[in-house]
Amino acid sequence: MTSLPNLPIEGIPSGRPSGETRWQSLLGADRSDRIYRRVLTGIALALPALILVLFGVLFVESLPALKRFGPSFLVTSTWDPVAEVYGAAPMIFGTLASSFLALLIAVPLALSVAIFLTEFAPRWLRQPVAFLVELLAAIPSVVYGTWGIFVLIPFLRTYVVPPLKAVLGWTPFFNGVFYGNSLLAGGIILAIMIVPYIAAVSREVLLAVPTSQREAALAMGATRWEAVRSAVLPYGRAGLIGAIILGLGRALGETMAVTMVIGNRHDIGISVFQPAYTMAAAIANEFSEATTDMYLSALFEVGLILFVVTVVVNAVARILIWRVAKDAAVGSKAL
Amino acid sequence: MNRTTFLALAALLGAAVPGGATAQTQLNGAGATFPNIIYQNWMLAYNQTHPDVKLNYQSIGSGGGIRQFSDGTVDFGGTDAPMTDSAIAAIGGNVLHIPTVLGAVVAAYNLEGVAQPVRLTSDVLADIFLGKVTKWNDARIASINSGVTLPNQDIIVVHRSDGSGTSFVWTDYLSKVSPEWSQKVGKGPSVNWPVGLGGRGNEGVAATVRQTPGAIGYVELGYALINKMPFATLRNQSGNFVVASLESVTAAAAGAMKDMGATTDFRVSITNSAGAQAYPAASFTWLLIHKTYDDSAKARALVQFVWWAENDGQAKAPELGYAPLPKELRPWIQTRLKSITAGGRAVWKGPATE
Repeated sequence: MTSLPNLPIEGIPSGRPSGETRWQSLLGADRSDRIYRRVLTGIALALPALILVLFGVLFVESLPALKRFGPSFLVTSTWDPVAEVYGAAPMIFGTLASSFLALLIAVPLALSVAIFLTEFAPRWLRQPVAFLVELLAAIPSVVYGTWGIFVLIPFLRTYVVPPLKAVLGWTPFFNGVFYGNSLLAGGIILAIMIVPYIAAVSREVLLAVPTSQREAALAMGATRWEAVRSAVLPYGRAGLIGAIILGLGRALGETMAVTMVIGNRHDIGISVFQPAYTMAAAIANEFSEATTDMYLSALFEVGLILFVVTVVVNAVARILIWRVAKDAAVGSKAL
Repeated sequence: MNRTTFLALAALLGAAVPGGATAQTQLNGAGATFPNIIYQNWMLAYNQTHPDVKLNYQSIGSGGGIRQFSDGTVDFGGTDAPMTDSAIAAIGGNVLHIPTVLGAVVAAYNLEGVAQPVRLTSDVLADIFLGKVTKWNDARIASINSGVTLPNQDIIVVHRSDGSGTSFVWTDYLSKVSPEWSQKVGKGPSVNWPVGLGGRGNEGVAATVRQTPGAIGYVELGYALINKMPFATLRNQSGNFVVASLESVTAAAAGAMKDMGATTDFRVSITNSAGAQAYPAASFTWLLIHKTYDDSAKARALVQFVWWAENDGQAKAPELGYAPLPKELRPWIQTRLKSITAGGRAVWKGPATE
């Protein structure tokens, strides 16, 4: 969080030269403090080291597939364990498409929840609703998957897809036959799963916006909605982006619920009605029965790609936050 | 002191020393998920009569079972798909495939208003899974289902998305009956499916079939029976339409025995079996056992357990949804078990020495 306040601490005699605060002067004063510090440093460095090891293992295990297929692994669509020909393009596409679709649905929903809870909801309603929304995050993903198969997909088939087709069927995105298990079902399940994360963090960010911001806007004659839009949201935008990225990270790696509803088909289709596949789902599905070395190596390479995609997405997000956070908005330092 | 007297003495000693002092033999296995229920049941029952032998089986999948067995992490493996020649060569041929029970795979479907079981021939079935027959009222389906009104509905194929012995049996069957399938797709625990949706596990395929009007997907017979799913009657090699049942599955193994011969290594596929009443999509599930072990006590305990499973254990199969092996297979299995050695000596001389 923020750095410690540069204030004299009561009860501790001041005897140090000025320029160095008393608190800082205490650091390292005692031997046990130094040991404590080193232990903490060690633990803190162990985590980045773990990531490097993880990357290294994934890379080494993928080497046979990397050598055999080269860059074509990224752009070809055949996944044939019998002939030992592997291409991961459909899974990369499916992972990105389902996560993007999930964000498209979840972001407006989660931000609405957060704005309602911080700005408009009556006080007695805020805690219970916030609690229930966060409770969504506690549901195991296999339960979401089951719910997706037995409730969501029949609901989509009967009430959502026919009107969607009638209105937007002419676009390539809503074209073709709807079988049930599809990119659409996967994206919606993911959206429901990431709403609580985005909503909870967004709520914290909005709560941290100083009341003076709202008061100033209201004093200028803004309505409450205008105050939210022009004063509160811009103030917290870095934090809100961070909340969305947190949700995206969750969506990219989600496995069980997605594999149960997305159709698990190695195909690239632009229509959301078509079945798709994600990298995480393929690894989970095929790992246990990957009998040949090349098959296993291809799955490791999928893992490596997923790892890289996640790192890239997070890096882009970090850059984005830095750029919008130049005006030291709320939450930017925390993220 | 010759070996038998030594053994007898050892047995006497073992019997004389009360409980805690006898060394408990721990046997670990891992592999196929399909036979997991009956293996757990067997191991529990066996441990009650043989408290000195503790068996443990983890259902991690056939591929994982073969890997762990080959690496020597476990004492025995379980698999629904036999090891390939190259995999056997990689461990110096030190493996025996011992069949334990039989499984079958059925084509479950979701057709509202069709009460009678749909009949399918193997070539129509293959063409459905190839995506060439796409409507339920296709003339080729209608011609073998006279008297049944089939809807003008798209056929939606559902297959397993996870690697599975069930998929192996199914694709092995389709490969045998359809040259096109064999050439385009082939057989394996996971294949490149020409059409369809993927479901995770039997339960995933079953749920998708149930929720998707017009769907057809393959699941294990036991799973379909327990969940009362309608499944297709398949025409076998002899031209008879056969309902999948424990009896018709055992008949498939019996029908395949002629082709196997007494010296078989049991790595045979019994899909598309020749028997008149044989269900065509049936398969053995195997235990993987080494030909030679280092620890003779362990090896003996394992072989005795397997022989018990091949005899007393078979009676438990039907109630748990597995088809028992044909009795005629037992002498062949016994010969194989007798050949297992530890330290250059046979560990088991057959049931008489027990």
